[in-house]
Amino acid sequence: MDKRLERILPRVQKPARYTGGEYNQIIKDRDEVELRVAFCFPDTYEIGMSNLGLKILYKTMNSLPFVWCERAFAPWGDMYGEMKKAGIPLYALESGDSLEAFDVLAFSIGYEMAYTTVLDMLDMAGIPLRSAERPGLLPIVFAGGSACVNAEPMAEFMDLFVIGEGEEMNNELLTLLRQAKAEGWDKPRFLRAAAQIGGVYVPSLYDVEYNDDGTIRSITAQDGAPEKVRKRIVEDLDAAPYPTDPIVPSTEVVQDKVDIELFRGCVRGCRFCQAGHIYRPIRAKKPETLIRQGIETLQNTGYEDVTLLSLSTSDYRPLGALCDGLLDYCEPRSIGLALPSLRADNFSMELMERLQRVRKTGLTFAVEGGSQRLRDAINKNVTEKDLLNTCAIAFAGGWNSVKLYYMLGLPTETDEDILGIAEMADRVLHCWRENAKNKNRGVRITISTSCFIPKPHCPFQWEAQIGKEEYLRRVNLLRSAITARNVTYNWHDAETSVIESALSRGDRRLAGVLEEVWRQGGRLDAWSDYFVFDRWLGAFERCVLDLDFYASRERGLDEVLPWDMIDVGVRRQHLLRERERCYRSELSPDCRKQCSGCGAAAMLHGRKCDE
Amino acid sequence: MSKLRMRFSKTGRAIWISHLDLMATMQRAFSRAGSRLKYSEGFNPRPQISIALPLSVGCASVCEIMDFQLVEEVDITSLKDRLNATMPEGIEVLEIYEPTRKNAELKWLAVEGIFEYDEREVDIIQKQLAAFFTRDAIVVEKKTKRGFGETDIRPSIREIAFSAAEKSVSVTALISAQNPTLNPELLCAALRALAPELAPDFAKFTRIETFDGEGKLFR
Repeated sequence: MDKRLERILPRVQKPARYTGGEYNQIIKDRDEVELRVAFCFPDTYEIGMSNLGLKILYKTMNSLPFVWCERAFAPWGDMYGEMKKAGIPLYALESGDSLEAFDVLAFSIGYEMAYTTVLDMLDMAGIPLRSAERPGLLPIVFAGGSACVNAEPMAEFMDLFVIGEGEEMNNELLTLLRQAKAEGWDKPRFLRAAAQIGGVYVPSLYDVEYNDDGTIRSITAQDGAPEKVRKRIVEDLDAAPYPTDPIVPSTEVVQDKVDIELFRGCVRGCRFCQAGHIYRPIRAKKPETLIRQGIETLQNTGYEDVTLLSLSTSDYRPLGALCDGLLDYCEPRSIGLALPSLRADNFSMELMERLQRVRKTGLTFAVEGGSQRLRDAINKNVTEKDLLNTCAIAFAGGWNSVKLYYMLGLPTETDEDILGIAEMADRVLHCWRENAKNKNRGVRITISTSCFIPKPHCPFQWEAQIGKEEYLRRVNLLRSAITARNVTYNWHDAETSVIESALSRGDRRLAGVLEEVWRQGGRLDAWSDYFVFDRWLGAFERCVLDLDFYASRERGLDEVLPWDMIDVGVRRQHLLRERERCYRSELSPDCRKQCSGCGAAAMLHGRKCDE
Repeated sequence: MSKLRMRFSKTGRAIWISHLDLMATMQRAFSRAGSRLKYSEGFNPRPQISIALPLSVGCASVCEIMDFQLVEEVDITSLKDRLNATMPEGIEVLEIYEPTRKNAELKWLAVEGIFEYDEREVDIIQKQLAAFFTRDAIVVEKKTKRGFGETDIRPSIREIAFSAAEKSVSVTALISAQNPTLNPELLCAALRALAPELAPDFAKFTRIETFDGEGKLFR
């Protein structure tokens, strides 16, 4: 171990997250490989090591014999300070080698607030921030992940982006880079060739011109790059690589459990939901595959819990068979099975009873909108009746805590809708009084609101965001309407939401803002411990860019949107149609009742969506 | 199955794993090795493992002792090999056996330390260190459950010797393992408080061996 590192570790919190050496880490001989890849996760070890994408891609990239892929995370503030003071550059956990020595830095960006951390990790590695400042072929710095469906705010920093699912695409890219390195290509030649790989977006090959009002006039692809980059998907998830021997952290992380992924995509089509649109088409794994992979992973890790992952667990058709199969293995071994993302409308009490081996923890429902009209407008197909029925069963079964999540600022929302949130809380309370077996234990109903953020590639991508002051007005309206003692109201601060709104629909000119925020000390901005709103305001000011133009403005239908070169498979027409239906407060049937023809099925080359 | 005792080492990168995290790591290693630990009864069942002398983060050891119980009878020779195949880097099972003595009989620990001096003459320091630890009393401030208290660590040091090395001084000591426990880090704290000119720029320790009150090997 590096002597300097050895001296600072005793002074930092939870040093085990900075040392590597965990069970199942992959160690190769650095002299035997041709490409050294750093999988960079722009957040803490605890968050990154809980990420299924990292587990999968760490394994797939390392399956290439000429590649050694290692991990790097963002150090927490104390370690960051110590590393700076001691002059230790960012290093990879497996080898302890500084990232300066690597051929590839591959960032996984799951949310926009991680952008400044990406810049900081580059800087800690001693690598120039902007792609243009890195003229040589190596290192290649690229990014993927769900925040890259609008890659533009990071376009100046990255050499390229991988759009969509990386299992196959990353390895195609690394294979090309191996050739480029061996044959001594220059960087432009490599980037031009990389742009021909499906799903690869090379921002420097796209010219963006602007109108006088700041909107985009045109985006023009150069040098044979595709006009539209279509995201990549893995067509057959049963055949897709899934790591049944993931790294087992030696220190506590956020998700210390086995996670098995039931399906990708979502049949629901909530209009505010980016994930529900960008992960289409719907592809499920067979229960046999999941049971086999789940058991294997439990045996290889020694974990005591399994979580079923998906956007909407209740929509997995063979859920009963899957749970039976897993419970046969788990129950006699005291292994817990958790099912997040169950829906209120087809909530199965019997299933829950079986799963809740020991403790009856709280129920959480994402209701999103306070009135049926608003829920219809956003296509959130939950009725109050369903919710109250579910609560009635739960209260009768001994649960005594319910959390209800809402967004404020959804398109078409009125004060009446907001007051509806308080009324619903009252009815849930009434439901508890009528159904609870043991009222002495009391009940806790918690309402949480966050500020709606319009995201690219969903039907609300053109919508306005209400802004900080209006959000606070609505918060206060709701606050004054909540009177019951058993109802708690928590609201998320809108400042992060405003910045996230600006970044998620931003264009490449935001590079200056990101760099400025970082220069002023911004990093780990996804953490309220580190996020400083004024730093962002100052950076917009110094870059002479208007925060409202990016954060709150409604986009015109005739506008060229910054992310128009990215095609996630869902047609613009479909998004527009859904948006219109919102204004008429009209529900759309879910994909299983009636295919809406969103277009994503075309990516399956003849296989059927949701089969 | 009856109680078993494991002796293991914790060195290299594993020294940074905290005591609490080590318990989880052990539980998972047993599970991976196909042997399930016995759990406590009750609302929140925990694996019944107990580590004789919890080790500070950053301190290495080649003589850790852990008692545990398994759900099923196993061949303990093969258990050692199976566990070693599933341990994270730096943790190695040395032996597994049925204990004959109580952990309370463990009294003395042999430890080795390296005191690093970046810019000082270690030959001189070595002698001064030896002289310092011959004092009759070495009173240091120690964190207790009720704030800070003063404690004399001298009776907890049965033997101590120093030898000069490359930019460092090697320390070997026999210190009290329990009742009272002497964290070897207190040797440095004593220097910082009472003889700051002798305090090393950095120090690290390794537990070497366990002894009983008579000075015989404890197993």
